[in-house]
Parts: sequence; C-alpha cells; structure tokens
Amino acid sequence: MKEPGYFKTIYLSVKSLLTGMRMTGYYFTHPKETHTEQYPDNRATLKMMDRFRGEVIMPHDETNEHRCTGCQSCEIACPNGSIKIITKQEVNAEGKKKKAIDTWVYHLDMCTMCNLCIVACPTDAIKMGQKFEHSVFDKSLLKKILNEPGSKVKSGVE
Amino acid sequence: MKTVLTISLSSIAGHIHQWLEKAIGNPTIVYLIDMVLVAVCLLVFLVLLCFFLGWMERKVAAFMQIRLGPNRVGPKGSMQIVADTVKLLFKEGLTPAASDKFLFHLAPMIVVIASMMVCAPLAFAKDFQIFDISIGVLYVSAVSSLGIIGILMAGWSSYNKYSLLGAMRSGAQIVSYELSIGLSLISVVIMVGSLKMSDIVMSQSDGWWIWKGHIPMIISFIIFVVASTAEINRAPFDLTEAEQELTGGFHTEYSGMKFAMFLLSEYINLFVVSAIAATLFLGGWMPLHIGHLQSFNHIMDYIPSSIWFMGKTMFIIFIIMWFRWTFPRLRVDQLLNLEWKYLLPISMVNILLVTLMAIMGWHF
Amino acid sequence: MSLLGEDIVTEDGLFVVNMGPQHPSTHGVLHLKVWLDGETIHKIEPHMGYIHRSIEKMSENLSYRNFIFATSRMDYLAAHINNEACALAVEKGLGIQATPRAKVIRILMGELTRLASHQLWWGCTGLDLGAVSPFFYAFRDREAINDIMEETCGARLTQNYVVPGGVMFDIHPNFQKRTKEAIANFKRNLTDYDKLLTGNVIFENRTKGVGILTKEDAISFGVTGPTARASGLSCDVRKWFPYSGYENVEFDEILATEGDCFARYMCRMAEMRQSVRIIEQLIDNIPEGDFQEKTKAVIKLPKGEFYQRVETPRGELGVFIVSDGAASPYRVKYRSPGFSNLSALSTMAKGGKIGDLVAIMATIDLVIPDIDR
Ligand code: SF4
Ligand code: SF4
Repeated sequence: MKEPGYFKTIYLSVKSLLTGMRMTGYYFTHPKETHTEQYPDNRATLKMMDRFRGEVIMPHDETNEHRCTGCQSCEIACPNGSIKIITKQEVNAEGKKKKAIDTWVYHLDMCTMCNLCIVACPTDAIKMGQKFEHSVFDKSLLKKILNEPGSKVKSGVE
Repeated sequence: MKTVLTISLSSIAGHIHQWLEKAIGNPTIVYLIDMVLVAVCLLVFLVLLCFFLGWMERKVAAFMQIRLGPNRVGPKGSMQIVADTVKLLFKEGLTPAASDKFLFHLAPMIVVIASMMVCAPLAFAKDFQIFDISIGVLYVSAVSSLGIIGILMAGWSSYNKYSLLGAMRSGAQIVSYELSIGLSLISVVIMVGSLKMSDIVMSQSDGWWIWKGHIPMIISFIIFVVASTAEINRAPFDLTEAEQELTGGFHTEYSGMKFAMFLLSEYINLFVVSAIAATLFLGGWMPLHIGHLQSFNHIMDYIPSSIWFMGKTMFIIFIIMWFRWTFPRLRVDQLLNLEWKYLLPISMVNILLVTLMAIMGWHF
Repeated sequence: MSLLGEDIVTEDGLFVVNMGPQHPSTHGVLHLKVWLDGETIHKIEPHMGYIHRSIEKMSENLSYRNFIFATSRMDYLAAHINNEACALAVEKGLGIQATPRAKVIRILMGELTRLASHQLWWGCTGLDLGAVSPFFYAFRDREAINDIMEETCGARLTQNYVVPGGVMFDIHPNFQKRTKEAIANFKRNLTDYDKLLTGNVIFENRTKGVGILTKEDAISFGVTGPTARASGLSCDVRKWFPYSGYENVEFDEILATEGDCFARYMCRMAEMRQSVRIIEQLIDNIPEGDFQEKTKAVIKLPKGEFYQRVETPRGELGVFIVSDGAASPYRVKYRSPGFSNLSALSTMAKGGKIGDLVAIMATIDLVIPDIDR
C-alpha cells in the first residue's frame, strides 16, 4: 500500500477526527440517549429481575410455617460454609420423634449468591430474595437466623 | 435613538474611579486603591469563572457520554464544584518527605500567578481592559509560557518519577508549540499592524478577521486553537498528566489546596487562550455585523459587548472541551511530530500568504 | 537490594519505575517493574501475587458440583465460559454430555459473555489511550447483555449458571426477545465504535506498528486468543477442539498477520461480529427438551486425569482435573490465558515508549484475577 501524500494525510486525519467529533456531538445534542439510572431516587420504581439473587430467604406462610425439614442438604451444598443448621428432635402428634430445625443460621457476609443451596433443597424451603442493599456498619448484623421464632415446619412436608 | 443602556462595564469603572477621586483626592492613593480593586475583582471573577468552567466541563462530558453529570448539589448540580472546593480546602496537604519543600510549595503559586497575569491585556468589554499595554500580543505570548516553570518545578521537587517524567514531557511540549502559537498570533498582527489589543479589536469593527482574512486566517485560527490546546496541556495533548501512563504526571504528589491551584490554573489558562482566540480572530467584544443589514446590525448592537466577548470565548472553550471528550491521547513523539512536521511548516507558509495578502490588500 | 540503589536508577543509567500495583492502566493489582531509558522501555518484569486466592487449592476440598462457582472469580469478565470449562471437564470424567438444549444455551450465553467482555475491552482500550467517552458507550451496550444475564442466570457477572450435565435452570421466557433487541442495538452501535476509534488518526498512530508480536514469539510464549490470532497463529479452540456443539455453528476464525496493537484491536472487533453471527444463528433454534442431564447427587469421577479447554475472550482456558475416585478432585489446575499472554509483554513492549506499553496492555486485554488465581 502506498503511503498517502502529505496533504492527503492531513485531509484524511482531519476527516477522521471530525467523524469522531460528529459522534460525540450527536450524543451531546440528543439528551434522550442518556442512560443514567438515578439510583437511589428511583427506588420506588426499581424492579429487580425475578431471578435476581440478592440473599437467601426462607418464606413463611401466614400461620408462621416454613417448609424446611432440617435435612441439611443445603449446608452440604454450600461451597463456603455460609449455612449452619442446628437441628433438634421434636415429638410430633403421633408421639414419634422427628428431626426439625432449631436455628437456620445464614452468614450473608460469606455468601456468594451461587444458588447451589436453593437447587439442593428437596422441599423448596429456601429461595433467593431480591433485596440487595445489605450494607451495615456492623458485620455481626449480617449473620441472620432465617427461621422465625415460634415457626414450625408445614405439615405434610417431608 | 440614544436611549440605549448607558450602563456598561466601562462606565461603572469610570464612575467608581471618579467617586474615589472626589472622596480621597490624592491621585497616588486613588491609583493604589484602583489597583487593589482591580486585583480583587479579577480574582473573584476568575474563581467564579473556574467554578462555572468546572461545572460546564462536567456537564459537557456527561452529555457527550450519555450521562447526566452532577445533579445532586444545587440546581442541576451547579454547586457540586463548590462542594468539591470545600472538600479540597479541608483535605490534608501532603508533602513527600524527600521533596524539595520550598520549590514544592512555590510551584502551584507560580502556575496560578502566571496564568492570572495573562488576563491583564484582555479586552473584556468595550473600553474595559485592565491594562491596554502597547505590546499586548507579545506580552501574552511571553507571560503565558511562564507557567511551565511552575510545572517543571512541581515535577522536579516532588521526588517522584512519574512527576519528573510528566514535567519533562511538558517542557518539550511547550517549547515546540510556543512556535506555532507565535506564528499564528503574528498573522493577525501583520494584518492589523499593531500589537495593541484594543487596536486589534477595533480593526475588526467591519468584520472579524476570520471572515476578512478568509482561508489563511481560518488556517491560523485552527492552528492557534490546536496549538493552544497543546500548550495548556489539555487532552488530547495532556501528556504531562496522562493519567493512564503517569498516574497524575507533574501533580501526582499534590493534594488538597495545592492540587486545587493546579486545577484553577488549568481553567484560567483555558479561559485565557480562548479569550485570546476570540479577541484576535472572532472580533473580541465586537458584535456580529452582516454587511448592510442595518436592522440586524442594530439588534446586534443592543447586546452588551461583554456578552459578546464571553459568548465567543465560551464557544471556543466548548470546542476545546469537545476535543477532550472525543479524542485519544497522542504519544510523546507523535506530539512533536504533529508540531514539527505539520503545524509549523503550515503556519510558516501561512505567514507568507498573510503577508502577501496584507501587502496586496486582498482582504475585505 | 537497598531501596535507594538499583531500585531507582541502575548502574547503566536506566530509570526504574514501578507501575502498579496501584496504577490506572494496569486494570487491577498488577505490578510491572519497568526499566526506562528516558521514555523508552528497556525491560519489563511483571510481579504477581497481589490477588492470589488459591482457587486451585480450594477446589481440592470442594465437591465436583461446588468447585465450579469459584471459577467465576478467575476471569470475572468471562465467568460463564470459565464455569462451562469446569462443567465440561467434569462431564468428560463422568462420560456424559449435556442435553442438546443445554448445549445451545451454553453457546448462546458464552457468546453473549464474549460480546460483553469485548465491549468492556473496547471501552477500556479507549480509556487507556486517553479517550474517555468510548468507555461509556461500551458500558451502555454491555449493560443490555448484563440484563440478559441477570434475567436468566440471576446474576450479572458471577453467573454460576452451568452445572455438570447442563445448566442450572431453563432460560427465562424473555430471553430470546431481549437478546434479539440487544443484538440489534449492538449491531447499530458497532458502527459508532468504528467511527470513534477505529478510523481515528490518533488511535491508528497509537496502535499501528506498536508492540509487534511475531508468530514465532506467540508460539514460544504460549500466547493464545485474539492476541495470538492477530499474529497469524490459528488457535481458536472453538474451531480446533470444538466443544458444546461449536462444530455445528458457522463462524470464521479471525486471523491477521501484522501482530501489532491495531491488528489485535481489529481481531477483537471482528470477533464481536462473529459472536453476533453465532447468536443470530442459534437464537431461534434452541432445541426443545431438558435443560439438564440427570446426575447423581454426589458426583464421583473415576480415577484418572481429565483436561478440557475452552476459548475465553482472552484465549485458551484449560481445566485439568486429577481424580482419585473421591467426591472432590485430587488436584485441579487451570491454564489461564492471561498468564501466558502477560509473559509476552516484555518482548512486545521493548523499545517502545510508556504510551506504547499502555496500548499493548490494553490490547492484550489483561484481567488480573485470571493471571493470578
Ligand atoms: S447461595 Fe451459595 S454461598 Fe450462599 S448460602 Fe447458598 S450455597 Fe452458600
Ligand atoms: S432449607 Fe431445604 S435443604 Fe436446607 S435443611 Fe431445610 S429442607 Fe433441607
């Protein structure tokens, strides 16, 4: 390829520079193209994707019952030990002893939101919540107990 | 038709002067007070201007980058820069232990003082000039290169390799670009036949030089804008601070108020070169007149001359900002190539053309 | 070495500059020790270890299902492809294949990841060379892809969407619509990319003839990916060792011969177009069926060694698993593209200016956590 001459070089250079300036100029004059999300002003309208993984939560129904049987599959599935399940023996209506959860400890500070615990749970007792504003001033606040006080496992969930 | 606003900046200045003379009487003291007043006004004006330019730069950058820019502090974020200044004021000013303390503290001041000094011969409005020195253009080109001493000092005294590299780069840069700036200034001087700023503005009462001098003047104008962008170290010629290469260049080690001074001087420089370009090529405070459209010209005359001046300056500032937010940075050798291979030869040939034009009277 | 001797100026007058670990253009915590003669580079010595997280060692204590998640943190711009590599290696050990649907989803996600990674790279290249605006244009397009990822995988960067045997869950009902939109927008914006950087005279000057890597050097340093292909070395794993059904899609391997920064830039630009082409072929042809092959709850690989390579946006990623038959690997080794590519840096940058070094680092597209696991 032949090197373009002196004046051709100048012409081509200036042209390429103007092309670039035209583009930025286009955006300058078209404020509609702005893509800024005005978080946290848009909190009210901000809707996370339905699969968004923000934290592990354990849904309870209106009678304060959850679906966790205390099988500890999630604890085994968690790659970094963010879950600790403390079980107890409970006597059910028929007088039989049964394993149940005492506390479901969740370390949000260690969790990587990998979703492996959710997939591992055989009874769908836990799922991913949409909350993502987790900043706190004290790390110990990130240690959460997911089963609510006085809650018990839904009957029929094995 | 003599009902036009008689309040102009020059008349205000005149009234203040007369009032002082009446009240005090002693001309020496009046003169001194005048000087102090001018200095204070200039300082306040420049600081306010820098606030505005800082805000403008952020907004221009943001809109070019499909963002909104600052919009939290004050209406449309206009007070953001004030907040930033307050932050810088309260920041600890670090001084590297091994630095040359005296030079390290002196450098930012030199930079700011040098850039403020250039404001003296600027014609801000009709008959409104701090000092209409008879060698205005020469003065500008001489003083404007003083700031480099401050930059070299900063780079040397910081005891930091990045700073030193940045300062050395800026030395090479200024030495070369000073030439093209000088040559493009000369092309106007040739046309006007005077170095005085007021003469230069008056010579454009029948049309700005960029129209009157057609092609050679347009070339001069472009060269002036490009070269002065390089001289004030703004992107794409910001090699002295090249963030991605030298982290911060010559001001890597500066923090707090001393850093703010560098920032201040950057914006003052930006204003000064744009003002000079506006004065020399776009007619300074002269309103826009088109041929024989009398009514149009009359309307234009109603707009105060200071607004004309600031408007033209802002236009050039905007172009320089536009450069900054569009182009990648040049490499150090390409920067010199551009000057020595392109800008300098072109402006030399251009000077010949301008001279020929001036002799033959080929301009309008 | 004393602090005030060799570390500042060497005996033969070379200036020693430590670029990094905190430096705007090393994109993370890479530490380059640069010997300078004025502005000219004599030698570069990369120092690593600032972001070592012992992912390989950690994997030895994790089950075959669990060790995949950590690879998202290696090359965080290509998390999906890293995950896929691990899953493929495990599948190889188990002797199974992902379901046809999962395979196509994997390719689609992989190419979207590649697009997103290249877009970010484009923005950063502009940024490194001093143009700030490209960064924002690139992020606008990348955001669209991240939204797709978030919608289907649940996370934007560290997706952890791949599991041995397939993918974690089926694609989101909106996936196809959103992807088509994003691709259509991106195709339009790609011309903007060209206008802003590709044709720009300053950019061309900064990159053409800068940081030349010969084909021989590329081979001897083990350079892969677009960096090697720009030197004329054909090394696209997707062509040479197809996985996940890349043999069934049509795309070209982009080769250039110059081996300079501009060639690397053009290779990546062309690769984006190829990724778009792959996505367009597959987006309407996702086969029906299961998205996951049934695997046992506890995966145990047979005794042996398994190796799987994939093409990440930066080059060839290899996953090497040694199994002793237990439920977790005996040894895991990742061959990361960034590490080998970085080793060629000194050769490329020698004789250039500091500005060139920045351009070279930008165009070999370093991701530091990938270099240093
Ligand atoms: S999301 Fe992952 S890291 Fe977090 S608790 Fe579940 S398994 Fe553990
Ligand atoms: S949450 Fe699910 S997996 Fe975990 S203990 Fe409860 S039932 Fe078992």
